[in-house]
Amino acid sequence: MNSAVDAPSQSELDDFRAQVSAWLKDNKPADPGFLLPQTFMEVGSDQQLDFLREWQHKLWSAGYLGMAWPKEYGGQGVPAIYQVIADAEMRRVGVPIAFNVIGLGWAGPLILHRGSDEEKQKYLKNILSAEDIWCQGFSEPDHGSDLGNVQTRAVRDGDDYVINGTKIWTTMGNYAKYMILLARTNPEAERKYDGLSFFLSPMQVDGVDPRPIQKLTGEYGFTETFFTDARIPASCLMGEEGEGWKIAMQTLQYERGAEAGAAGGLMQVRVVIDDVIECLKGVTRDGKPLLEDPVIRDELVKLMIEEKAHSLSGRRAGIPALTSDYPFSLNLSGKLRSSEYARRMRKFAVAAQGGHGGLYVGDDDALDAGFWQRAYLNNFSTTIGGGTSQIQANIVGEHVLGLPK
Amino acid sequence: MSNILSFTDEQAMILDSAREFCREKSPVSAVRELLSSETAFSRQTWDEMVALGWPSLAIPEAYGGAGLGFGSIVPIAESMGRALLSTPLFSTTLAAQAILRAGQNAHKEYWLPQLAAGTAATVALLDGGDWGATSTSCAAARDGDSITLSGEKWFVADAGVAAAFVVWCELDGGSALVLVESDMLAADAIQPHAMLDETKRAAKLNLEGVTVPAANLLDAANADGVLRDLQLLGALLVAAEATGSTGACLDTVVDYLKTRKQFGKLIGSYQALKHPTVDILCDLDAARSLIYHAATLLDAAEAGAELDQDTEIACRMAKAQAVEALTFAGDRAVQFHGGMGFTYECDAQLYIRRAQYSQQQFGDAWHHRKRLAGLLLDSAA
Ligand SMILES: Cc1cc2nc3c(=O)[nH]c(=O)nc-3n(C[C@H](O)[C@H](O)[C@H](O)COP(=O)(O)OP(=O)(O)OC[C@H]3O[C@@H](n4cnc5c(N)ncnc54)[C@H](O)[C@@H]3O)c2cc1C
Repeated sequence: MNSAVDAPSQSELDDFRAQVSAWLKDNKPADPGFLLPQTFMEVGSDQQLDFLREWQHKLWSAGYLGMAWPKEYGGQGVPAIYQVIADAEMRRVGVPIAFNVIGLGWAGPLILHRGSDEEKQKYLKNILSAEDIWCQGFSEPDHGSDLGNVQTRAVRDGDDYVINGTKIWTTMGNYAKYMILLARTNPEAERKYDGLSFFLSPMQVDGVDPRPIQKLTGEYGFTETFFTDARIPASCLMGEEGEGWKIAMQTLQYERGAEAGAAGGLMQVRVVIDDVIECLKGVTRDGKPLLEDPVIRDELVKLMIEEKAHSLSGRRAGIPALTSDYPFSLNLSGKLRSSEYARRMRKFAVAAQGGHGGLYVGDDDALDAGFWQRAYLNNFSTTIGGGTSQIQANIVGEHVLGLPK
Repeated sequence: MSNILSFTDEQAMILDSAREFCREKSPVSAVRELLSSETAFSRQTWDEMVALGWPSLAIPEAYGGAGLGFGSIVPIAESMGRALLSTPLFSTTLAAQAILRAGQNAHKEYWLPQLAAGTAATVALLDGGDWGATSTSCAAARDGDSITLSGEKWFVADAGVAAAFVVWCELDGGSALVLVESDMLAADAIQPHAMLDETKRAAKLNLEGVTVPAANLLDAANADGVLRDLQLLGALLVAAEATGSTGACLDTVVDYLKTRKQFGKLIGSYQALKHPTVDILCDLDAARSLIYHAATLLDAAEAGAELDQDTEIACRMAKAQAVEALTFAGDRAVQFHGGMGFTYECDAQLYIRRAQYSQQQFGDAWHHRKRLAGLLLDSAA
């Protein structure tokens, strides 16, 4: 493989694609016989956790994760295009997700871009290998969208900070070794944002108590995380006191896909409109195939146009001449567009099934084993988590169109 | 299905200069001055467009054109739509494509250099409001060395300035395309429609008893295929134009939301206005990606070659998306201007009118989605 300096040739990339594709086919795990998470927000059992942990470790050991991260931190130090190719092949072959997403996708790049050398040494490799699972402690019971108002306190006491407060909706909070934690160090600050600080905080310390919350699907996946006089080393502070908001915003840029640097791997199982069509092929309406119904056809085609446009917009985003009116539009609206599209597509997939639409996972007669019902419910993780669609629309309106707050 | 989208430096230059040209020649004040004029365009602007070579872009070099792909017209159409600039460019471009695709060499050699040089022409396809009609009541009968037509055509864009009409008619039990020159028409043959979109002109064309030389019959071997392609290319031009208009409409809305105050606050801070405005932006982004995708596919095709299935899908998707985007944008533009939006003076009326006109041209969104369903779902079934 090439060094990071030289741009790889097309034939090198083609060879790589063939190599990764062959490896994935040989190593794609067999169906474990239990439901696998579609996203990292669906890891609700030890069984699922162990399975995904083993898979991610294997992927990393083979050199297909964190390819663009420096070698000294567990990466491969090759141009990012290699990871792009590897990810595309993972999607094509249909392998499980690389589930340690908060580490791989946002804490990792954050540490890589602004962490100290010590922090990089300590955290990055274990993120890639799935040794250390990461979670995110931003939201609180009383402050979700209004993130700048979080009240969890961090008080400096000698070589420690003492944490008190409650975080909630902490994805994988019960499995995580570390949390990216947004807490208030200065309640007196004039602007609420300026009182916040950012910590790379250990979870296995006294006074940290993550309690699983049952999701709307009946499964588990996130926790309410209580901090009661929890002591963490002062060295967990990232940057300076008062820089928490800035760092949190940078993290959200990674999370919303507006900034690059992620280690790679499949963040979620890709579901496309063709899967919906496949599911609906056997459904009848008025005694005829559903797919011949003109109203249903029109709805389906609308979704197909939207899906195609999203994928083309991904290409257009790379052509400056075609993005000059609103240069940040496609990047900043990406989460809003894709999560809302996915929601409507899944909603349709359930609604169009006729009587079968009322069945759920566990019923032998459910179409696709109830996949769509569960997927529809779970999809709200993407329209609520990471900043709700309404908040995303505010961001696009204000930062892309320049509308007033 | 292909998912390609590329844009060359040459196209970027075309887009840049087209944007600049249209902005300069067609400020809203100029658009408004032309609303009640006879032709709805400025002859001088048209001459300058001709001098820039726009009508010649997709005509092969052998016939006096620039020899670029049809996709090169997309940035121009988008720029014109953005400035609500109407000229006979689209009509003339489509007439040229009809001759290129259906004509014999003699037709191409005679007509294409003229059209490239700015002679206006148009296509006359409909004889009612149905873009999905599979036959036409306009009949042609052979009569020795000439052909005699009967019936009429509707919604003929730019009929008043066209030197030639490519007319869809029925001949010997099948479709045919016949070239009718304006001096072959009766004096009162062209009856202008009252237009919802006052930046556009179209007319009824009475063809009853019109006689043309048999040599004016374009090679009819695959007239239905050519007709389909003309409608797809027309749909793409309108899609590109509508995308530009959506962009301008969005700017108009955003400007108002940033300046108008009620209850002591700029109205753009109200989410009931802010969020739908973001929807307009997202719809616009989708439309823009689709029109340039179609342009990319067309540029990869040989000039005058029958459009392949991917290109058909791309043109239909572009049209369906672009007019949905513009009808939504135009509708909200009026509402979001309040009482001002209800006035003739407010520019929102220009966009809402353009929107419904564009919706109809070359088939509305349902028309195209219905055909996409056949293309996308029946092959999969
Ligand atoms: C599956 C899942 C996983 C999650 N994982 C994590 C995690 O790992 N770590 C973490 O920190 N958080 C996580 N979250 C929390 C998520 O970020 C918050 O739920 C989200 O930011 C919304 O906050 P809230 O729940 O307090 O809702 P609220 O902020 O109370 O919102 C309620 C409703 O009001 C709307 N609303 C609020 N403010 C406005 C406004 N200004 N304008 C318009 N509408 C508004 C919202 O859109 C929403 O519809 C997760 C959430 C989910 C669903």
